[in-house]
Amino acid sequence: MPTVELLFSAQPEHVRTARLVAAQVARRAGVDEASLDEVRLAVGEACSRAVGLHRNNGVEEPVRVLLNEDEKKFSIEVVDEVPGNATGGGATGGPPTDDAAEDEGEMGLAVISGLVDDVEVIDGDRGGVIRMTWPTVSV
Amino acid sequence: MDLSLSTRTVGDRTIVEVGGEIDVYTAPKLREQLVELVNDGSYHLVVDMEGVDFLDSTGLGVLVGGLKRVRAHEGSLRLVCNQERILKIFRITGLTKVFPIHTSVDEAVAATD
Repeated sequence: MPTVELLFSAQPEHVRTARLVAAQVARRAGVDEASLDEVRLAVGEACSRAVGLHRNNGVEEPVRVLLNEDEKKFSIEVVDEVPGNATGGGATGGPPTDDAAEDEGEMGLAVISGLVDDVEVIDGDRGGVIRMTWPTVSV
Repeated sequence: MDLSLSTRTVGDRTIVEVGGEIDVYTAPKLREQLVELVNDGSYHLVVDMEGVDFLDSTGLGVLVGGLKRVRAHEGSLRLVCNQERILKIFRITGLTKVFPIHTSVDEAVAATD
């Protein structure tokens, strides 16, 4: 079970809440203060992308954010319910998506990969997962 | 924190002072503001980001969109930013090569290409 799990309806106004929650849990988990800005930005990017995917594909399920505190690391998984997008290949078989929104999603991925050293993008049957991990320092 | 926007004119430049967080929720307001300015004939914009606490790729997209619009009228879009955490996002994405970034509004207003 994750340390904290957050589910929110795919609305842009909730992305800020996800950022705040993630940064606070990361701080408590022992992520270096200097990295908290990265956590905030990266989780915001991942959530914005998931919100865009859900909205463009008419998915009503919430976006899931799993915050996991481990002994020496802290990881965040942002889970969307739109299959076929994780590798940035665009929607396949679905209705045509808004190009501008898709570009923004790809720019978001670019920011995440530039920002986070340990990032994994997983394309599952039900949707995509962006997993980002930071080291923690014991307090 | 929400987004705050205000504009003023210095010579032929329009200063857009932005405060708060520019993200997927608030970026459309900034986009509207930039579009409105260009539609009203302001083609030389200086976006002052000193009051910005947070900027994500949606915000970057809006700024790039603004740049495209003013360039269509042979205008300019300059940024004012001294905050390392905001500048970092421009660096990661390579946009420091696209936007002239200044340390003060005065410097941006005085700048010519």
